[in-house]
Amino acid sequence: MSIRVGNAADAPPFPQAAPALLDDAQLRKNVRHATDVITRKRALVVGEQKDWQALRSSASAIKAHTLRYLDDYLVQFEKACTAAGGRVHWAADADEANRIIVGLVRQYGGREVIKVKTMTSDEIGLNKALEAEGIHPHETDLADMIIQLGKDQPSHIVVPALHKNRQQVREIFMRTMGLKELGDRPEDLTAAARQYLREKFLRVKIGVSGANFLIAETGGVCVVESEGNGRMCLTLPDVLITVAGIEKVIPRFRDLEVFLQLLPRSATGERMNPYNSLWTGVKLGEGPQEFHVVLLDNGRTGILADAEGRQTLHCIRCGACLNTCPVYRQTGGHAYGSIYAGPIGAILTPQLFDMEHAESLPYASSLCGACYEVCPVKINIPEVLIHLRGRAVRERQSDASEEAVAMKTMAQIFADRRSFEAAQRLGRLGQWPFVRDGWIRRLPGMLGNWTAVRDLQPLPKQTFRSWWREREHKREKERRDA
Amino acid sequence: MRISLFITCYNDTLFPETGKSVVRLLERLGHEVEFRFEQTCCGQMHYNTGYQVEAMPLLRRFVDIFKDAEVICVPSSSCVGMMRDHYAKMAEASGDAELVQAVNALLPRIYELSELLVKKLGVENVGAYYPHRVTYHASCHSLRSLHLGDLPLRLLRNVRGLELVKLEGVEQCCGFGGTFAVKNGDVSAAMLADKLRCVEDTRAEVCTAVDNSCLMHILGGLHRQRAGVKTVHLAEILALTEEESVR
Repeated sequence: MSIRVGNAADAPPFPQAAPALLDDAQLRKNVRHATDVITRKRALVVGEQKDWQALRSSASAIKAHTLRYLDDYLVQFEKACTAAGGRVHWAADADEANRIIVGLVRQYGGREVIKVKTMTSDEIGLNKALEAEGIHPHETDLADMIIQLGKDQPSHIVVPALHKNRQQVREIFMRTMGLKELGDRPEDLTAAARQYLREKFLRVKIGVSGANFLIAETGGVCVVESEGNGRMCLTLPDVLITVAGIEKVIPRFRDLEVFLQLLPRSATGERMNPYNSLWTGVKLGEGPQEFHVVLLDNGRTGILADAEGRQTLHCIRCGACLNTCPVYRQTGGHAYGSIYAGPIGAILTPQLFDMEHAESLPYASSLCGACYEVCPVKINIPEVLIHLRGRAVRERQSDASEEAVAMKTMAQIFADRRSFEAAQRLGRLGQWPFVRDGWIRRLPGMLGNWTAVRDLQPLPKQTFRSWWREREHKREKERRDA
Repeated sequence: MRISLFITCYNDTLFPETGKSVVRLLERLGHEVEFRFEQTCCGQMHYNTGYQVEAMPLLRRFVDIFKDAEVICVPSSSCVGMMRDHYAKMAEASGDAELVQAVNALLPRIYELSELLVKKLGVENVGAYYPHRVTYHASCHSLRSLHLGDLPLRLLRNVRGLELVKLEGVEQCCGFGGTFAVKNGDVSAAMLADKLRCVEDTRAEVCTAVDNSCLMHILGGLHRQRAGVKTVHLAEILALTEEESVR
């Protein structure tokens, strides 16, 4: 098996990646502004939806049901899609998916492809695999195009170039499109992108897309987007290849009713996506005449086997958890070292990737719970984070680490009242070398991270329990004296 | 009512004034308070950091110590959150049917302080006097685990002399997160900086909350910056009366 999650294999741990991003004032300003705008819009359109909580529960129930019978629904999808003129391929991992797609492009004699925004293709590193075979992929989603032209990495699931502002985008466009002049108004930038993309839409004969939903009942595929560039890729080429994770399947067409209400409101704060494309197989004389779906596992059945982690596969990639996450809002997405950033990335990447990065990503959260509150499919992300921390400790951590020794010692101290009281006394005595003018300003080891920017009050002279004991003695004496 | 106090390990050790205030407050309201010496820790730090195996004996201890208590008061929403969010699941996972039963019987009798006052005892005006400008930080667990809503605010609004000012970004995490503050010190510091800015913008003399853990974090930053704002647990505000403040 060669499971791959973007470039996560080469990424540094979160705490190592974060400081450089925290020092990038422009990036932090861009991330803060973008996430503020989206969260505000989301709150408005979610607030007006009276049955929001019921919708969340429905979505969660549909996803849980589908995952329980995933094998059946996938086979049902394959049958329906094939009957409608499509072809379904099964890929166990990233390499197999890439092999299938490269093989198809070659078979149709293509030297380039146009792409609809697809996280899954980023997950498997499709662009690199295509380029290695001399096939040029053109990203057509505006943000993905900015990332591709700027040789950058996506930093958000829905808004991959969220860390760039208009001036930075203008600079990338001028440099890579060879433009002498360009304004930085949204109109200027979209006009430049349109000019650049239209020619490709009309020329390139093979399209590659992801999928928001695969419909088992009909064999149909659904993609939602805001720009219409996706619609071009889905309708203009002769050949369309869709790559989708196996968890993207939903049982019935009517289930879209639930998800198409939840997804746009959660993702971009819109009541409805401007472009909702749905297609089923091939229709003679209309749109692509060759249609392939690559169903990707790449670690998903492993997640499915874990009762606690399974809910991670409910995710519909709305990005609401990123926008609301106080950690993501400080660092942006690159700190997570994966195309899947934010809280969902912190649980998805290590699980897909056989617990690689599990010592770092599940800890990149203060467990504040904001992600769970906004999740449209009710993934209890804090619960899964804690579960993965447990797995990291049990499966990967040495018993001799500073943390493990400290935790085990604390557990022993808490196991017995007398040892707890002794530790309280010891702590009071042991702290004095660190106390200056009634405060602790510098501590050694891991605790030095606390005193880097925070002072600490020393342990007070008397614990609560010793105050209580004194009070009881006094009362006892008073009773006796009376 | 006979109320058993689970003071929590860190309040016991670091913030005894909070416990004393809970005792004074509940006794003033006519209740009997007891303290069981065997208590130590609810297991939150271990559980949340991934040491779930080590947290299990602490759950058993807690249940053993408090199983016959009528009502348990905890002046810390994150510890109550630990119990409500995880104890039942932990007990289930242990396969010990008796423990499951004991946990399920115990959980409904556990109250965070403001819940106990408003929901269980039906008091919003506890007769406190605190003539200061105060802002309230809603801790993550109080908001999103316990769903306390405006319970602490209702109590604060009824304190005589207290001027309550709204904290901008009140629902945002202060960046503490237990071991998060140490494991991801830089990000935690950035989150804290945002919180401190909001606290200072209120020009309050005092920042209060239902969790001393957040307050310890916030005060640590305020003190380093010589901001002069104090942090005081809700219990300590509610415990003060006019007589006591004169004394």
